[in-house]
Amino acid sequence: MTARGARPGAGSGGVSGSDLSTSRPGGRGANSSGRGPGRAMGSDGSPLGRVGPASRALVMFVMTLFAIYCLAPVWWLMVGATKPAGTLFTGNGFWFTDISLIENLQTLFAAQNGVFLAWLRNSLAYAVGGALVSTLISVMMGYALAKYPFPGRRAVFGVVLAAVFIPAPIFAIPLYLMFSGTGIINTFWSVFIPCTVSPFGVYLARIYAAESVPDEVIEAGRIDGARELRIFFQVAIKMMAPAMLTIFLFQFVAIWTNYLLPSLMLSNARLQPVTVGLIAWQQLRGNPIGYSTVVTGALVSVAPIVILFLSLQNFWSKGLAAGAIK
Amino acid sequence: MTVLPIGGGTGGARGAARRQRPDPAVRRASRTAVRRALPFATPFLILFLAIYVIPICYSVYQSLFTVNRSGLGLTASEPKFTGLTNYARALNDPAFLGSLRRVLFIGAVQVPVMLLTALALALLIDAKVAPGTKIYRIIYFLPYALPGVIAGLMWSFLYAPTLSPVVRGLEAIGVDATFTSDAALPYSIMNILTWAWTGYNMIIIYSSLQSIPHDVVEAAALDGASKWKTAWSVKVPMVRPAIILTAVFSIIGTAQLYNEPVTMKAVAPNLSSDYTPIMSALKTLTSNYPYAATKAVLLAVLIGLCSAVFFRLTRQREPV
Repeated sequence: MTARGARPGAGSGGVSGSDLSTSRPGGRGANSSGRGPGRAMGSDGSPLGRVGPASRALVMFVMTLFAIYCLAPVWWLMVGATKPAGTLFTGNGFWFTDISLIENLQTLFAAQNGVFLAWLRNSLAYAVGGALVSTLISVMMGYALAKYPFPGRRAVFGVVLAAVFIPAPIFAIPLYLMFSGTGIINTFWSVFIPCTVSPFGVYLARIYAAESVPDEVIEAGRIDGARELRIFFQVAIKMMAPAMLTIFLFQFVAIWTNYLLPSLMLSNARLQPVTVGLIAWQQLRGNPIGYSTVVTGALVSVAPIVILFLSLQNFWSKGLAAGAIK
Repeated sequence: MTVLPIGGGTGGARGAARRQRPDPAVRRASRTAVRRALPFATPFLILFLAIYVIPICYSVYQSLFTVNRSGLGLTASEPKFTGLTNYARALNDPAFLGSLRRVLFIGAVQVPVMLLTALALALLIDAKVAPGTKIYRIIYFLPYALPGVIAGLMWSFLYAPTLSPVVRGLEAIGVDATFTSDAALPYSIMNILTWAWTGYNMIIIYSSLQSIPHDVVEAAALDGASKWKTAWSVKVPMVRPAIILTAVFSIIGTAQLYNEPVTMKAVAPNLSSDYTPIMSALKTLTSNYPYAATKAVLLAVLIGLCSAVFFRLTRQREPV
């Protein structure tokens, strides 16, 4: 998602105020339904009383219309992936004709010696590996910023935050040239290493650490004679678990949807992630890889992330809310 | 510099600490903090330097040089330091300026439309007038999970002349629609962006709406304000920070437009290869790196300026 991408979070809402780390009573963690502290006290019904049936119908109409707009292209993709190869662009594109999803999948995974499976594996490796590493180092950095009052930490945090505001392509362009000068270009590491840094993750981790790890717990650990790293890995990290899942999810999506960086770095098709591979197929304009195969591939490539997103829905809204709510 | 080891020392406290001779105890505490923080901060800081800080500095440095290709470009000549020459060239380059104008236009039209839609949807969901708000929220947010290039790929097929089911459907009812002509392209791109990001912005604004204390909204209702009036004069002002935030991120997002136009090229061969500033920079990436770096730096500076001006403009109205 390079293009509009480098903004996984509203996160930096924080920029507009210096009170980022102030803890909010009963904040995120306490109300999983996403309601604010004030509201949780109120009655669960309609807060402003009833509205007329005409208004209700109008509201539902508008909301449904936008839902259709959101779903229509995805629906088309799903239907398209089931159509026999020659009939993708004939007949009604938004309804099924002859279901031949299995044949399409066979064609997809057989194309160019099964390169599609390699792309999926690569995407998974970049996204899972990159997100794991970046989550761990982000949480450690955020913890350090929140819990150790070392000189210059505000400046460090400011620089990290500024990075959230600079578009990813601005970094990808010089990185490409720097890596070109070394042996890293066109290897797994040329994509993996940049994926392990997440300034937004540090931002989130800092807020969570300040809120969810009490100083008393760290002090108690010190009195027991535990070293700082041990306090972190045995106690603090458990308290930050929800934050870690959120950071992991955001970074996973950021890596899975990334296109520009891997497309610059990797000329070896066998190392590319699925986004880069599919777009290369699309640019063949139907020959030798048919559009039907491209459409099926697009569906398969988004399935894992949509499932991940649907099953962990609560963590998404929390991560986004972190920045928006002051 | 000495910072008091009390969390959140303000600028004032820092200044005061610097003026006096630092207390030895304070110095010891801050040394302890550094020693403790280092093992935690080092992995991130090293990677951050390598992936963010050094590349930016490298770009700025490179942009001060010029590569002169002799004749047919067979012999790569040494880059020569030429100061700001590349910047002067970029600011007089009609192709680069054209790409800037294009994204400016796309942003100026698309961002307000998208944010107003997002705000309206967030208010509707927050009003809890219709049932099933959770499902709507999930549906609206779904496009965000799709990679930008996959969104571009999907919409390309829906835009493609003669192939698209939408184009053929409109033809059947006598409407001659084209989504890929030069005149239509900006709007086709705006549609992809709106589709992909409205739900994301809606969720941010919605989260902010959720944090408005219940009694504030109730008080407005007791004063006899209608739902519409409450929404506009109570809720909207209270979520202003969230709206400003989404606006800034949208401006930044539009400025780095790349994935959508690149994927649309497959169905719109007329889309120029320097349609957006990032495409323009990448076009000269291998042939003239310093010039590509110059464009990237200029774009970053312009984005910074736009964001700063926007923050300024929106903040002035607040009574301080």
